[in-house]
Amino acid sequence: MKKLINKIPDVITEQMQGMLAAHPEIEISLEPKYIKRASATRKGKVAIISGGGSGHEPMHGGFVGTGMLDAACPGEVFTSPTPDQMYECAKATQNEGGVLFLVKNYTGDIMNFEMAAEMLNAEGIQTQNIIIDDDVAVKDSLYTAGRRGVGTTVILEKIVGAAAEAGYDLNKCADLARKVNSRGRSMGMALTSCIVPAAGKPNFDIDEDEIEIGVGIHGEPGRKRISHTTADEITQMLTTAILEDKDYSRILREWSFSNNGWEEKELTSDAFKSGDQMIALVNGMGSTPISELYTVYRKLHEICSAKKITLARNLVGSYITALDMQGCSVTLVRADDEILKFWDAPVLTPGLRWGV
Amino acid sequence: METIKQAQVINWLEKTAHVIGENKDYLTKLDSDIGDADHGFNMERGFNKVLEKINELAASEDLQAVLKNTGMTLLSSIGGASGPLYGSFFLQAALPLEGKTELTVEDLANSFGKGVDGIKARGRASKGEKTMIDTLEPAIDALLLSVKNKDSIETALSNMLAAAEEGMKFTIDMIATKGRASYLGDRSIGHQDPGATSSFLILKTLKESIIQPNS
Ligand SMILES: Nc1ncnc2c1ncn2[C@@H]1O[C@H](COP(=O)(O)OP(=O)(O)OP(=O)(O)O)[C@@H](O)[C@H]1O
Ligand SMILES: [Mg+2]
Repeated sequence: MKKLINKIPDVITEQMQGMLAAHPEIEISLEPKYIKRASATRKGKVAIISGGGSGHEPMHGGFVGTGMLDAACPGEVFTSPTPDQMYECAKATQNEGGVLFLVKNYTGDIMNFEMAAEMLNAEGIQTQNIIIDDDVAVKDSLYTAGRRGVGTTVILEKIVGAAAEAGYDLNKCADLARKVNSRGRSMGMALTSCIVPAAGKPNFDIDEDEIEIGVGIHGEPGRKRISHTTADEITQMLTTAILEDKDYSRILREWSFSNNGWEEKELTSDAFKSGDQMIALVNGMGSTPISELYTVYRKLHEICSAKKITLARNLVGSYITALDMQGCSVTLVRADDEILKFWDAPVLTPGLRWGV
Repeated sequence: METIKQAQVINWLEKTAHVIGENKDYLTKLDSDIGDADHGFNMERGFNKVLEKINELAASEDLQAVLKNTGMTLLSSIGGASGPLYGSFFLQAALPLEGKTELTVEDLANSFGKGVDGIKARGRASKGEKTMIDTLEPAIDALLLSVKNKDSIETALSNMLAAAEEGMKFTIDMIATKGRASYLGDRSIGHQDPGATSSFLILKTLKESIIQPNS
């Protein structure tokens, strides 16, 4: 294993210290670990907080700042953070507008964020959890833990962060987050595996001439393993999986303020169709050159144009990564005026900045 | 009546930390087959924290406080799926133990029964989904049977462990429908569940902390 690290147990701490040194607009806590904005936010503003295993940088810590997240809780590499982190982070961040946790759909993240939300609600700090589950590589939600949370997370954090900045209250932020999730679909692929520092060896084995279609951001198995092929063919496979995905319904849990407990809600993602306008993300998995991502975007644009689907906005780069994996993912989020307005709003974070 | 003493419970927790440490690579290997290769690291991180606190834990005669403190420690250090699950196990297992400084078989059955209910409520899984529940639930059923039969502690723990081991081994042939392994579908068959294995190690260490091998 060749990596730019010092001691393995210090990997997360030292990266946080580096971020702090580089970006005076953020503040960090090491016991327990979280990253938050250095300046207090307006009283009554909803605190938008996310978190998850480390190794997906710049997500989530790199998205803390004006117009996006208020704070983020990093776990160990590829391991969900713990409830005490989320709890302390929320207490330090919230300013009487309640807390919205944005949670990617992994069993560990769901349970840890649920425990934190229970603790906060029990103390009278209104806290809601919205789940992101957009990976179409997972077809079914009945016999699995459901679709994984991937690329839509980046777009959702930007949009909901902007809405909170503009004065949306907790319920409206939660409604918007749910809406963006229901309109997002992603599919990823890997050319190589990735190496978790503590493990010191590749997460999965893949031959020199093989690629994995439908891979997750921790190297979870996808839909199929095939021989390596051209960027155009790969882009075609990813895009087709997204565009041909049918209506998708699943049960997700949210906090019920009236019953003071969890309630199950059915959420349906309508299939995409021609005439839709999209925010598109072509994302690198960590070790993919931008030039290759533009090659993918070229083909994505061509396929969507032919189907009369407009790519109204786009983001091309590495925003939700899998350490040093080579590969990419495509995310499309069906936009409307509200979504586009908040996408275009100013954002100033280490990982994403425009309009300021 | 014979009972499990506070010192034996402390000894169990301390030994568990060592056993988990010794089996770190094994647990991680099982998790690399059907998960994300972190279960051993997660469990070791959590039980190392318990070990750091062992003197503080030992200072409390009250077993409710001991299990609660253990649960909070695991909850804030393991992370992943197993953190909230083992955290919930110990936090819930503490509930029936108010004022107890020693445990009968019945106390143990009640306590662990609540613990498993905690895991099921948190993870919304049930037996047969290829998780730690497949080890723990049969183990608790065996304890309850021992309560009914008025078995000795020794018999109760032996039966508990035999049921746990059988449950753990049943996970090999199961299809995972919860947690990370569920993404594999049929491909999860043929692999023993890492969480079921760590649960077995925890129960095995309990038995060995209380019953000396040649006594
Ligand atoms: N819903 C569930 N109910 C009960 N046990 C579960 C559930 N989901 C997973 N598990 C158990 O957790 C074990 C995996 O724990 P592990 O520490 O590896 O967490 P993880 O799933 O990798 O979390 P993360 O993805 O955040 O790293 C599985 O082997 C299984 O026994
Ligand atoms: Mg794991």
